[in-house]
Amino acid sequence: MVTMNSEADKTQATNATLAMSSAEKQPAAESTSPLPKSPPATAAAAAVAVTTECSAPAAASLPPVPVPAAAPAPAPATTQTSVPTPAPEALANGNSNANIEEVVVAIASTGAGATVNGGSVAVAGGVVTSVAAATPPPSAKTVNVRDTTTSAGVSGSSASKSSGLLTVSSNHHHHHHHQQSSSSSSQQQQQQQAAPSTVVVQSSSQHQRNNKNEDAPNILVYKKMEAIIEKMQAESTGVAVRTVKAFMSKVPSVFTGADLVAWILKNFDVEDVTEALHFAHLLSSHGYIFPIDDHALTVKNDGTFYRFQTPYFWPSNCWEPENTDYAVYLCKRTMQNKTRLELADYEAENLAKLQKMFSRKWEFIFMQAESQSKVAKKRDKLERKVLDSQERAFWDVHRPMPGCVNTTEIDIKKAYRRGGSSHGTGSSGASVAKNPVEQLSRIIALRKQKLERRTIKVSKAAEALVAYYDQYNEFDYFITSPELPNPWQTDSTEMWDTEKNSKEVPVRRVKRWAFSLRELLNDAIGRDQFTKFLEKEYSGENLKFWESVQEMKALPQSEIKEAIHKIWQEFLAPDAPCPVNVDSKSVELAREAVNSPNGPNRWCFDVAASHVYHLMKSDSYSRYLRSDMYKDYLNCSRKKIKSIPNLFGVKR
Amino acid sequence: MSESAVSASNVNANEKMANLLKEAENLKTKLEEERSKLNDVNLSNIAERLEQIAYVNIKPRKVLKGHQAKVLCTDWSPDKRHIISSSQDGRLIIWDAFTTNKEHAVTMPTTWIMACAYAPSGNFVACGGLDNKVTVYPITSDEEMAAKKRTVGTHTSYMSCCIYPNSDQQILTGSGDSTCALWDVESGQLLQSFHGHSGDVMAIDLAPNETGNTFVSGSCDRMAFIWDMRSGHVVQSFEGHQSDVNSVKFHPCGDAIATGSDDSSCRLYDMRADREVAVFAKESIIFGVNSVDFSVSGRLLFAGYNDYTVNLWDTLKSERVCLLYGHENKVSCVQVSPDGTALSTGSWDYTIRVWA
Repeated sequence: MVTMNSEADKTQATNATLAMSSAEKQPAAESTSPLPKSPPATAAAAAVAVTTECSAPAAASLPPVPVPAAAPAPAPATTQTSVPTPAPEALANGNSNANIEEVVVAIASTGAGATVNGGSVAVAGGVVTSVAAATPPPSAKTVNVRDTTTSAGVSGSSASKSSGLLTVSSNHHHHHHHQQSSSSSSQQQQQQQAAPSTVVVQSSSQHQRNNKNEDAPNILVYKKMEAIIEKMQAESTGVAVRTVKAFMSKVPSVFTGADLVAWILKNFDVEDVTEALHFAHLLSSHGYIFPIDDHALTVKNDGTFYRFQTPYFWPSNCWEPENTDYAVYLCKRTMQNKTRLELADYEAENLAKLQKMFSRKWEFIFMQAESQSKVAKKRDKLERKVLDSQERAFWDVHRPMPGCVNTTEIDIKKAYRRGGSSHGTGSSGASVAKNPVEQLSRIIALRKQKLERRTIKVSKAAEALVAYYDQYNEFDYFITSPELPNPWQTDSTEMWDTEKNSKEVPVRRVKRWAFSLRELLNDAIGRDQFTKFLEKEYSGENLKFWESVQEMKALPQSEIKEAIHKIWQEFLAPDAPCPVNVDSKSVELAREAVNSPNGPNRWCFDVAASHVYHLMKSDSYSRYLRSDMYKDYLNCSRKKIKSIPNLFGVKR
Repeated sequence: MSESAVSASNVNANEKMANLLKEAENLKTKLEEERSKLNDVNLSNIAERLEQIAYVNIKPRKVLKGHQAKVLCTDWSPDKRHIISSSQDGRLIIWDAFTTNKEHAVTMPTTWIMACAYAPSGNFVACGGLDNKVTVYPITSDEEMAAKKRTVGTHTSYMSCCIYPNSDQQILTGSGDSTCALWDVESGQLLQSFHGHSGDVMAIDLAPNETGNTFVSGSCDRMAFIWDMRSGHVVQSFEGHQSDVNSVKFHPCGDAIATGSDDSSCRLYDMRADREVAVFAKESIIFGVNSVDFSVSGRLLFAGYNDYTVNLWDTLKSERVCLLYGHENKVSCVQVSPDGTALSTGSWDYTIRVWA
């Protein structure tokens, strides 16, 4: 039994240790920002708040005693976390919410001064993050997310990971809420328990927590994998699971990699064994199936034995296990005198680090491990084998062996977003998202806009896409081999050098000029040719005007005004030296835009320019393509370069 | 407010919502009716006359190693052989992809640099991410790069994507604050902002047309919008995805867009028909798509997935052509080189690969 105060002391001590250790690991700016010192008076209050607020999630974060949904529940009291603990069945269902109110009430009734025993694991974990949260994030500059990378061992643990994530969200959340350490730490605490995405402001906002699973960033793919796993486990149509008799012992509930791959090949539209194997590997690296005695979560297409993970440990339950949980687990392994449970080298290293990190509370961790171990010993031998391996696989997912991918890492954008949108980041988007009426109105407006739109038939659009391919397939290096060898395939830069240095323009390039005016103008030489052609036709001002407008649009804002004036004077003004042939309506629009009270903007000649462009396209351009000038150019380059027959790619 | 007044206003609000929902649904039905009249045939039927793509000669050619964390974004230089990459490690690296040499490395004061882009001149790069900012670096010596950097724009949430729209002088950005913005590089002035999405903007792409006035954006509100840069308004919208749209790309013809989504499908939307014309999905593909890009002819769509693979789709026949294995973690970005000779892929496995 630990009293409130000593608990607070303890957690603060741990807090400091962890803060230091995490600071060491975070090289960037964040770690250098000073930790705020909460006044002593509020510190105690904060501690109370922490315990109270976190107690419910604390229950959810009980060290993962391997409790398959169906298995008889070991008494949770033995785990030393003696907050009125929800029944493990509830946990197994991933439904910790049902118990929250009950727990909160229970604690509230004990009062602030009363001893609140337990919850310590969670408190410690909570404090880890509360440090991060309490570190005032003055601006986004200090954001330093350490969604720590694979194989980071203890340093890559969820504590540092989520503290990183939380720092991010705290930027946005904390200025909306109390800055007191109590509120932030409780918030952090809960957030840590829930998916990092779900930000729970107060424990009363039950509704958000109910959504935590639906909202978690990877949930979509987890659900899909779980549906597949369920199919795999189907009685007669699934993968055959058996108990294999080995020398002197039995290997319960296993299947072979070969059987698994065969099943995937049979039941899914995968192309080949490679894809089936890759698919199996993904299921394994996410922890749904695992090799019975290997920390590397992958699948081989042979007689290696694999086992299904119990749904309790599925990643969709949004586990964010604490370092303390990991410490208890590793500690427990050392107590079990079995070769199959011996710690791997990296695990032994992690244990040593954790022992150092949690030195002040190691006794507590040891006791927890011991009691878990005792419970385990009472179980049936075969059942134990299965449970032990499932627990190991759980940690192989959450604390992967060095060199293995940590599949629980989430895209910061998704974590940030879901954290934000349920909470209001202060961004306009979030406020729209929060206002369903506005959102719906927007959708309605868009659909109305769509209804008014004149469209063409799908067949027409499809024909156009196919025609585009017909025209361009010989220029598509992935489909047609080029005249000169692809530099990436041959390590020869001949193609690029020729392009740069050769004075002759290859025929395929000239050919492209005929595809569209855009193609012609995109090619510097093509543009040059077209300019000459227009000059001969005495209509060079059209292209000049169009080019001037495009150049003006690319200028910095400071030079826009002058450039607009120049264009107006040169091409559009009544006494313009180089007048363009634009309809009076476009000129009027341009005049209005140029003289607009807000000052002209870079798009003021757009209507006139597009008018001119279409004029060129329908008139001069087609004449150019028919001209001897173009034909001569085309023939001239044709003579110089032999074309190479198509060797591969599309069959002819 | 008394309790009854609260409940009364709740009833009113609920009624209003119900009406709006009904209207939205009605419009959807009507729209589907209208569009189905014009949906006379499938794209894949029209494409039947084309030969099947029997084989694509594509292999891994280069592996760029040097980042110490997830690669989040890459962009090809206009010179066709350099690549800029940004990473979770807070570094920006400029590679000569052809020799695999690192030519420049800049450390940013933030981690998670989610986006980077080459300026059309090849002389500047823009980048940003969790710092909510878009910062421009001139490409000179490493020291000078860091010294001469300039912040051009700031969003109220992370910056997820950025591109230079046909000029070194402007940058277009998309952000987690659900807006896009066009910035004047020199002054940092906001030239135009684009409000309309109700979720984080994840990707943008510039239309390859002669005026360069339109762009497309994809968002976590599951929509893709076509914007007019001049007015700042949505001119076309596309729905259909079941989850976040992570990537958008214009078809090289400029009249269609491809999208990639967390719902593990890619889609092709035609702007002339104003509707979805193809879905690229398979039962065995269950992971989300992070990034898509077209080959020069628009026939092939390269898509990078969270399942560590790149899938090549035949956009016209709606079939998968092949799978590229090699990356050992999520593929975060794919991009075809400017001359169409190669494909670059960036991954959470810290590497960038070049395929050809």
